[in-house]
Amino acid sequence: MSFSWMAWTLPTAIFFITIFALIAALGVWEYFSPGGGPRVGILRFETTRGDRLFVSLLGSAFIHLAWLGLGGPSLWWALALSVVYAIGVFRFV
Amino acid sequence: MEKTWNNKAWFLVLPVLLLVAFSAVIPLMTVVNYSVQDTFGNNQFFWAGTDWFVEILTSPRFWDALWRNLIFSGVILAIEVPLGILIALNMPKHGIGVPVCLVLMALPLLIPWNVVGTIWQVFGRVDIGLLGYFLNSLGISYNYTQNPAHAWATVIVMDVWHWTSLVVLLCYAGLVSIPDAYYQAARIDGASRWSVFRYIQLPKMKRVLLIAVLLRFMDSFMIYTEPFVVTGGGPGNSTTFLSIDLVKMAIGQFDLGPAAAMSIIYFLIILLLSWVFYTVMTQSDAEQK
Repeated sequence: MSFSWMAWTLPTAIFFITIFALIAALGVWEYFSPGGGPRVGILRFETTRGDRLFVSLLGSAFIHLAWLGLGGPSLWWALALSVVYAIGVFRFV
Repeated sequence: MEKTWNNKAWFLVLPVLLLVAFSAVIPLMTVVNYSVQDTFGNNQFFWAGTDWFVEILTSPRFWDALWRNLIFSGVILAIEVPLGILIALNMPKHGIGVPVCLVLMALPLLIPWNVVGTIWQVFGRVDIGLLGYFLNSLGISYNYTQNPAHAWATVIVMDVWHWTSLVVLLCYAGLVSIPDAYYQAARIDGASRWSVFRYIQLPKMKRVLLIAVLLRFMDSFMIYTEPFVVTGGGPGNSTTFLSIDLVKMAIGQFDLGPAAAMSIIYFLIILLLSWVFYTVMTQSDAEQK
């Protein structure tokens, strides 16, 4: 079966592998520590680990878009900012 | 009955997971792949990096379409939700009137989107349409093909006509599920009509209203067929919403790279707004409990 119609590139493959690896890691985390780790953080409502990953990924996407729109085509600083943001989300949200 | 925890039950969701993968995830992955490349067809691609994203994010055409879409969604939610509640409150709860009203309410929802567009396209025409002819004979120089305000009014009224029924039916389902004991207690307390609505009916409708607002927001933010059939995005670009602009770019101009980049931005905006709506409404619901 050929997947050439999907027009794969190495950067996009790495991008998706990272996303799937994060979801798989969340599955493993859930297996060893069931229940989703619910807690009420700075947003003042209950979030689970899955919610925090979703907020991290969605926020990171917008950080990258904002960087592209306001900064420039190089995304390394946006990536660094997103990692800091995701750590913040998992720590405080 | 005690709940039984068995992780093997996760295999039961495998079929739906596969279905979603083939119908949503794989196409989305393909769009991401297209968004960083350029193609002229024949399955040949050239790396473009983030160029298409920069082009879209710095293009006034995209921002104009986005604003038009947000304004459109805001206006139709502001009209359809209160109107839907009002109609649902006034629908009969017993007798022959119930099936008659339900069928009448369901009728616009059964009409295909392109047919709705065609109906309103003809209805609003000045030469042969009843609405256009009637308004012009009243001295109002209505012409949705030339006047942007008239085009907007036509598209909004068409959407209200098509989709308010959905809000009505959802609210009605919420209203009929309220036990009579609540109304009896309100009567004993001498509650006013407004108090009954504010403290009994509205809280009981909250869950269905959440679904109605979410559905109507997402659907109106993705609207394509009806305005495309009625106005074609015109006059000028006055009713060119994001989806119409996207199709023009992808199919009209065959700019698949920029169109894919725009699709991803569009998707992220819908995802963000839907998450915000859902979170705000479910949290206010949880706080009330």
